[in-house]
Amino acid sequence: MFSRPKHMEFVGSNILTIVTFTPAAGALLILFYNRAHARSIRTFALIITLLAFVFSLYLVARFDSSNPDFQFGVRVPWMPSLGIDYSMGVDGISLFLILLTTLLTPLAILASSSINDRLREYFIFMLLLESGMIGVFASLDFFLFYVFWEVMLIPMYFLIGVWGGERRIYAAMKFVLYTMIGSVLMLVAIIALYFIHGNATGTFTFSYPQIQSALASGRLVLSPAIELWLFVAFFLAFAIKVPLFPFHTWLPDAHVEAPTAGSVLLAGVLLKMGTYGLVRFSLPLFPHISHLFAPLISMLAVVGIIYGALVAMVQPDMKKLVAYSSVSHLGFIVLGIFSFTIQGLEGAIYQMLNHGISTGALFLLVGVIYDRRHTRLIEEFGGLANRMPVYATFFLIVTLSSIGLPGLNGFVGEFLVLLGTFGVNHIRAAVAALGVILSAVYMLWMYQRVMWGRVENDRNASLADLAGRERAMLVPILIMIFWMGMYSSYFLRPMDASVMKLLNQTQAGRVEYARDLNTFLSAQRRARSASPIGRSLKTRSASPIGRSLKTRSASPIGRSLKSGCAGSQQAGGADEVVRSALHVFAELTTPALQPFLRLRPIGLALRPAVAPPLLCEEGNVLASK
Amino acid sequence: MNLATINIAAILPTLVLSVVGIVVMVAEPFVGEQKKSNLGWLAFAGTLAAMLSLVPMANNRGQWYSNLWIVDDYDVFLDFIFLLIAAITILTSMDFLRREELNHPEFYSLLLFATAGMLMMAASNELVMVFLGLEILSIATYVMAGFRRADLKSNESALKYFLLGSFSSAFFLYGIALIFGATGSTNLLAIADALRSSKIQISLVSLSAALILIALCFKVAVAPFHVWTPDVYEGAPTPVTGFMSVGPKAAGFAVLFRVFLTAFPSIEDRWGSAIWMVAALTMILGNVIAVVQPNIKRMLAYSSIAHAGYVAVAFAATSDRGVSAALFYLLAYSLMNLGAFAMVTIISRKEDKLVNVTDYAGLGSKRPGLAAVLSLFMLSLAGVPGTAGFAGKFFIFRAALESRLVWLAIIGVVTTVISFYYYLSVIVQMYMREPHDEFSDVRLCGSLKFALVISAAGTLYLGLLPTRVLDWTTTAALR
Repeated sequence: MFSRPKHMEFVGSNILTIVTFTPAAGALLILFYNRAHARSIRTFALIITLLAFVFSLYLVARFDSSNPDFQFGVRVPWMPSLGIDYSMGVDGISLFLILLTTLLTPLAILASSSINDRLREYFIFMLLLESGMIGVFASLDFFLFYVFWEVMLIPMYFLIGVWGGERRIYAAMKFVLYTMIGSVLMLVAIIALYFIHGNATGTFTFSYPQIQSALASGRLVLSPAIELWLFVAFFLAFAIKVPLFPFHTWLPDAHVEAPTAGSVLLAGVLLKMGTYGLVRFSLPLFPHISHLFAPLISMLAVVGIIYGALVAMVQPDMKKLVAYSSVSHLGFIVLGIFSFTIQGLEGAIYQMLNHGISTGALFLLVGVIYDRRHTRLIEEFGGLANRMPVYATFFLIVTLSSIGLPGLNGFVGEFLVLLGTFGVNHIRAAVAALGVILSAVYMLWMYQRVMWGRVENDRNASLADLAGRERAMLVPILIMIFWMGMYSSYFLRPMDASVMKLLNQTQAGRVEYARDLNTFLSAQRRARSASPIGRSLKTRSASPIGRSLKTRSASPIGRSLKSGCAGSQQAGGADEVVRSALHVFAELTTPALQPFLRLRPIGLALRPAVAPPLLCEEGNVLASK
Repeated sequence: MNLATINIAAILPTLVLSVVGIVVMVAEPFVGEQKKSNLGWLAFAGTLAAMLSLVPMANNRGQWYSNLWIVDDYDVFLDFIFLLIAAITILTSMDFLRREELNHPEFYSLLLFATAGMLMMAASNELVMVFLGLEILSIATYVMAGFRRADLKSNESALKYFLLGSFSSAFFLYGIALIFGATGSTNLLAIADALRSSKIQISLVSLSAALILIALCFKVAVAPFHVWTPDVYEGAPTPVTGFMSVGPKAAGFAVLFRVFLTAFPSIEDRWGSAIWMVAALTMILGNVIAVVQPNIKRMLAYSSIAHAGYVAVAFAATSDRGVSAALFYLLAYSLMNLGAFAMVTIISRKEDKLVNVTDYAGLGSKRPGLAAVLSLFMLSLAGVPGTAGFAGKFFIFRAALESRLVWLAIIGVVTTVISFYYYLSVIVQMYMREPHDEFSDVRLCGSLKFALVISAAGTLYLGLLPTRVLDWTTTAALR
């Protein structure tokens, strides 16, 4: 062994800080530029983002694929009295998402040539946005994560609101408020988790690895009701960000109104923060409830796949079409995540990268034509392939990649997701596969209407083909499309160890949990039948829902929980799955809602010490009987 | 009981403020018209001197003057907030008074007297003392609210504030009388002792606690005792509105915490749920009504109601952590709100005319520096991470969850999202609308710049590195 030189050690332990804050430092420097020097501001912003990209390559070069844990870790106390650290690290799940961010941002900056108004502020916000996005993927402290997660909204808000299209103010406001409502509830859940962990283990900390390992090792046990509430709070934040159907309505507005670069980053990176959150937080922290709700969430994902595709098909606006195709593609990612299989999860992460690249490229391409014609309506075009052959070729390759043609990147991800899902539930996989076909329909149909035929609109007659700058921003994407399509193991191998670790954590303890949950639910029912409210609830057992409650052990969820294997769910109808999931939800939430109905200061049991004894007591009672 | 133990150091800041206030008032006729603003700087120096004299005061902890006056960390921290508020308000007013041709230095005297009243409220260990401080503060503020004598709105503001304020004072006095009848004392510690014995008529005590609570709720403007706020805030001269939205509020909360956590902790089950409901109602009403306000002063008035709701959440936690979070929040809120009002003072220009949110259209392209600073205050009031507002809210919700007030925390964060709408709509105007005003007559003199720099730097410092101040509030909360 040889000792590395000093400066290498410094880089090794601070590389994440450097990558994250290079763009922010660049943003500060741009403040000192004279606003008249538009050209040099552009160049400077590009150089800064390229610099961040080069630094992030160091992460890939030094990444140890066999290590499932966080690497390049840095941990410095920030607010020690609160247990808040400045703590960062990457594993196989976040590694390539950081790379995706640093790759797409320079391209987005290249795509900003049509921005001339308040250029300095524009690039400041772009760079701050990049720092925020990298920070979200790199932070290992809940507080730090939340800070990045929220702070990043502000530059995006300005990018849409100042440099966007006609309805930009509406879209920007909708974007902020919509995402905010989910994330503030996550903040409450984070603080609650902090206290629950602190009370159980004695260390009050916001550190993600510490809380996660306490949960995995059983030092911290969440009661079902609390796990459910925390899961819901986290899930809402992520589902809105993804966006999962039916939380997707902010997305088309934001995409259509955002400037090209904003759309690229919004689709390419921001949406991945939601799916990343599901993988990083929801699954390992709340494995039981994740499993319980997997059928419901997967169904929403499948609905999103089909719905997004159908709505995309009828869009007259290219940007809106791509936006709705995102809803469809993101459905695949969520489906893969909640399949709880190695193929499904890796496929989902792979699909995050694919979607970032393909959809980012589609927005870039739409931006190219919008710069020339100032319209995005499909009917305005036709026969562009005659006038812009290079553009048409690039567009075709990206279209095929988005559809998932074998040999290109999209295929690998979708295939893995479908493979993982098929093992769990045939029907879901089959319906999702229908989404792939639909994506071919809407993408190729759009391509046909825009590119082929004769040039009938005179304004298209003299369009110039791609310029050097535009080729420069598209070539890296084409390289990635082929590379990720042909040589996927290069990207999949570093994920393996981390994804395996994640899966092991989520699988552990599922079977016992099903028993615990049943005990808990019956305890809740018995406790409630003593109270007046409980009695009124009890009469419900005459209703169909009530009956389904009693027969829950025969319902798909009950069975899947008992067998510890999700494979047996296909027998039950979708209706049944939803109903029983909602039922478990109602069962678990009513006790927490009761005090609120009485309008008194609420003592929702935050400490696990309150709920589990109930479980144990009931368990003993049952055992003694 | 020994009046002979006169301790000057323990009351030094109050003394300094009073003396400087009298000097400013007496000196006025002898100073030429051109040099009157120098008296403003004298008053500013007075607040700085009072801040310095906090050091000898902090070395004289304990109860003084027949247990009327208490000096502890809680008191010292609040005094610091009050003096900071007074200093920033003086800096903001100087240019305003010149602009509006109201250059009467007794304004500064009134401000200093009001501040002295707030210091008395924070330091009092005795309900009668609290009343004295409250009246000194209130009477000075009534006059300040009506300082633009020629303006009808200002008159309306002063009259409304005076009538309703007197009413609430009567409530307070009634409360004192009842508690004296029930326990035989008006000293907070003596009341607490008496309540622990069993011979107390609990209904009498509850009634008195309720009356005191109502009077103080009026002062801090929480729902349902908030109705006076928008009219009074709208009509008062803008720097005075800024002062009223933070000063009396902070002083009112100082007394609320002191009285209820020292004297009435044993009957917490009787007032705890009232605070819960007041907090929830205040956050909801304040934030929802602020959304539809076209006038920025009214919008900030409702926003100040909403912020009082967040402090009430910390109060409802009834723990040391809650008090610490509330103290932190009062400091953070004072800085960002004074900064916002300083900006409103600047933009409103001659005669306080341009106070609609739409008057800010295009500020971002015409005066980017001013727009950036105002954006910082708006984002901080909304609670974006990295600013004082977020740190403060974070500590409050943390305290609330620790006391298991889960629903209150949820109502708090959801109403925060609502507040984003109206704070961001100011930013929308500044950056996303076309300017119809050149903002060429917007002047920014040295004292205003100074005020903005203090508030902006404080807002960022508390947002990024809150640990030091939080440690201070934690020791202050333990008393």
